[in-house]
Parts: sequence; structure tokens; C-alpha cells
Amino acid sequence: MGPARIPAENAELLAFDGVSFSVDSDREILHGVSLSVAPAAVTVLAGPSGAGKSTLLRLGNRLEVPSAGSVRFRGEDTAVVDPRELRRRVGMVFQKPVPFAGSVRENLRVGAAQASDEELVRSLERVGLEGAVLDRVADDLSGGEAQRMCIARTLLTHPEVILMDEPTSALDHENRLGIEHLAKELAQEGIGILWVSHDLAQVRRIADHAVVLIDGRNASDEETAAFLEQGMSEEEQ
Amino acid sequence: MTATQIGWAGLIGSFALVIVAIALSFTQRLQLSRSILWASVRAAVQLLLVGFALRLVLDTNASVWWAWLWVVIMIGFAGFTIGSRAKEVPGIFLLGTISMLTVVVVSLSVIFGFHVFPVEGRTIVPLAGMMIGNSMTASVLVGRRIVGELSEKRDEVEARLALGQSWQDASRPYVRSALRTALVPQIESTKAVGLVFLPGAMTGLVLAGVDAVDAVTVQLAIMYLILGSVATSVTVIGLGLTRRVFTSDHRLRSIERATH
Repeated sequence: MGPARIPAENAELLAFDGVSFSVDSDREILHGVSLSVAPAAVTVLAGPSGAGKSTLLRLGNRLEVPSAGSVRFRGEDTAVVDPRELRRRVGMVFQKPVPFAGSVRENLRVGAAQASDEELVRSLERVGLEGAVLDRVADDLSGGEAQRMCIARTLLTHPEVILMDEPTSALDHENRLGIEHLAKELAQEGIGILWVSHDLAQVRRIADHAVVLIDGRNASDEETAAFLEQGMSEEEQ
Repeated sequence: MTATQIGWAGLIGSFALVIVAIALSFTQRLQLSRSILWASVRAAVQLLLVGFALRLVLDTNASVWWAWLWVVIMIGFAGFTIGSRAKEVPGIFLLGTISMLTVVVVSLSVIFGFHVFPVEGRTIVPLAGMMIGNSMTASVLVGRRIVGELSEKRDEVEARLALGQSWQDASRPYVRSALRTALVPQIESTKAVGLVFLPGAMTGLVLAGVDAVDAVTVQLAIMYLILGSVATSVTVIGLGLTRRVFTSDHRLRSIERATH
């Protein structure tokens, strides 16, 4: 039996349902976490460092598999769908930009081998880069440019969700704001964004919804309020 | 005594050169005297044992099956050596053994199929030994290199998987680079042969009084064989190993975890 097809339309976009994750049998990092990613919105996954945010994100496109619970995309358990199709529809942008060896054009074609130059340029323009960078060596791009190129590369697979793992932590303030703005724009175009951040000022700038994770579990309402408030008082200082 | 026999006295005479090496180590304080002595004595014991055993196997009256048994033992031993030299590589013992077996089957089929050498104990054992020996070194190199590349470039491999590539596509650039690294030394030494050094088989034949041009043709056949063997073993190890570090649902395993 082949992998199940992912239904094209379903009210539920991406949902984590009581998900646990263990590295070894005796070391559990996530304990029964639940959350759902809304379409056309930025959902921020916040929490202190080491809370398991990045690990949870990696369960979203099956780079890791949960030890308990399930992750569903469009209502279908990700354990039974073809991971390659899942990953095209649930894209991922990593903490540090990951340019591959070769030109920007070659990079963009990794997930979209058949794309024409016009499509590549459109994708670059969508993330605020000029079509002229197509022939540049990807490794020569600045940090901000490289991260934008990585987003353009992800957009070329036409994702419905993009998982963003602290995508601005390696960037300066100006580029950070630029990428945040871009994420908001993509959400307005209908993509569901799940953005990991431990920067509370950033959470307040971009979140349509916020989910707080503490020690590998969902924070209670009080803990969530306390965590987000702490950010506000830090900002006031 | 013919030109090929040096006799026990000759062997002991050549040991003077070991004493020169030990003396150099001693005067230069390299602290290698004990290692040099141990290596020389160990080599002598190993080779003499092999020599006496070979005498039995290669006896024209002995069954050719003894030679094949010898080859099987060599394959097992090579698999074991690859396993012990590249412990960090998951499942390397089995892969190494399969790779050595493939090398022997492919290259001996070519040699004996095209009647390059006759099928006899005296051809089977040294030819298989030469191919296994060279392939073994390249296998260890490529195994380590692939594990190194895939763990070092983990970010890139996962970024490729995250774009919907299969594990085969996502690993290809890194595996290719590892295969090249393992094959290039063999290609280089094939190019430099004769100009820089005279290879072992040819040296042996010339010392044994064989005509130089005849010795060259034998040597060439052997070099091509080694090149083919190294390429075969490196590819078998490369593909087999890469398959093992990915799951069937296109995830890159934690390589440190896989080795536990």
C-alpha cells in the first residue's frame, strides 16, 4: 500500500495533538504538546531557550517523528503520507541561512527543478530580492540576502505552511524587521506561518496567535500570561 | 641458488637495514625503536606463516578449492579490518564484507572470463589478495568520509529534505564528493606509475628474472584490476552506507546515535 494522499482542502491546516518526543528511551524532550497552525496568520511558538520549540517544529515536516501523539496536516496523520509531498506543502526556514554550493539559480531549483527563470525571478521579488542575484554565487550573499533566498527557495514548492525556526536570530536589527514584515505579508497571502522565537519583543511585533512552551509542555494560561508580561516589562526597561 | 632465492642468510643480511632504522630512531630520539623492531619481527612471522600456508595451497597437486577457501578467509578478515578501523560508521562490518565479496566476484570474473590469467591457485590467491588489500584501504577512507560529510553538512542535507527531495537526491552532492576523495589517490598513483615508483608486482617479476616488458604487461593488467576493484568497493560502500544513515521515510538519522 502506498502512502495516503493529502486532501487538498480541509479546515484544519497543521495540528500537533498530544505530541511527545524522546531522544533516547529515558530522555523525553516534549511531553504531550498540542497546538494548531491557523491559515493566513502568524502563530508564534514562544518560550525560554531549551523548552523544545525547535524540536516541535521539526515534527511538523517529519524531520523527526513523535514518540507519542500525532501531527496532522489537512486532517491526515503525517505518519502515513509521503514525507516528500508533506515537506513541499509544509516548508521550513532554518535558524541560520543554508545556501547550497552554486549559484542562486541552482539553489532555487533544488525544490523546483522545472521552474523557469521568470518564476525564479518572481519568487526572488516576492522576498524583496532583485532578479539580478540569480547568477550570483549563493555563498557570497549577505546574511539577510541569504535568508531571503532561502525563503524564496521554500516558496517555490508552493507551501501552505512555513515553519520558521528563529529565522532572524543570525541577522542584524534591520534585516530582522525586514524578514518579520515578509512573514506577515506571506500570512496575508494565505500561508500559515509557525514562527519559533524566544525574543519577546519580536513575539509582540508579529504574533497573531502565540503558544508558549515551557520545559517541553504547553504552558498554562497563567504561565503564558506571566511569560508574555515579563517581555513587556523587559521592553519598558 | 637462483636469482629469486635469497635464502635465510640473505634475509638475515637484509635485517641490517632494520638495524639502520633503529639506530636512526635512537640517535634522533624518535622513540620508535621498539615499534620498528616489533613491526619487522611481526611482518616476518606473518609472512613466513603465509608463505608456508601458501606453499600448501599453491602446490600444483593441491585442489583449487583450497585457494578459494583462502580467498573467503581474506574477505572475512578484510571485512573485520574495515569494521575495526571505521567504528564510527554504522553497520560497516557487514557492508565491508559485502563490498569485498563484490570486488572479488566482479574482478575475478573479468580476469578469468577473458582468460587474462589461468584459473589456478597461484593466480587466484595473489590477485584476490591484491584487490582486497587495495579496496580495503579505500573502503575505510570512503566510509569515514561519507559519515564525516553527512554529519558536517547535516544542515544542508536537512534543508534539501525540507524542500521535498528524496534521501537519494539530498545526499548525492556529499556522497559524490566523498567518492571522489576516495578514488582520486588511486587515479593519481595509476598516473604516476613507472615515472615515480616501480610497482610491487613488476619489481617482484623483474627480481625473479622475468623480461621487463613481460613484467610490465602483467603489472598493467593488475593496475587496471586494482583501479576497477577500488571503484567497485568504494561505490558499494558508498551506496550501502548512505542508505543506512537515512530512514525509509527520508529522515537523516542521528549518526552518533546510530553507532551506539
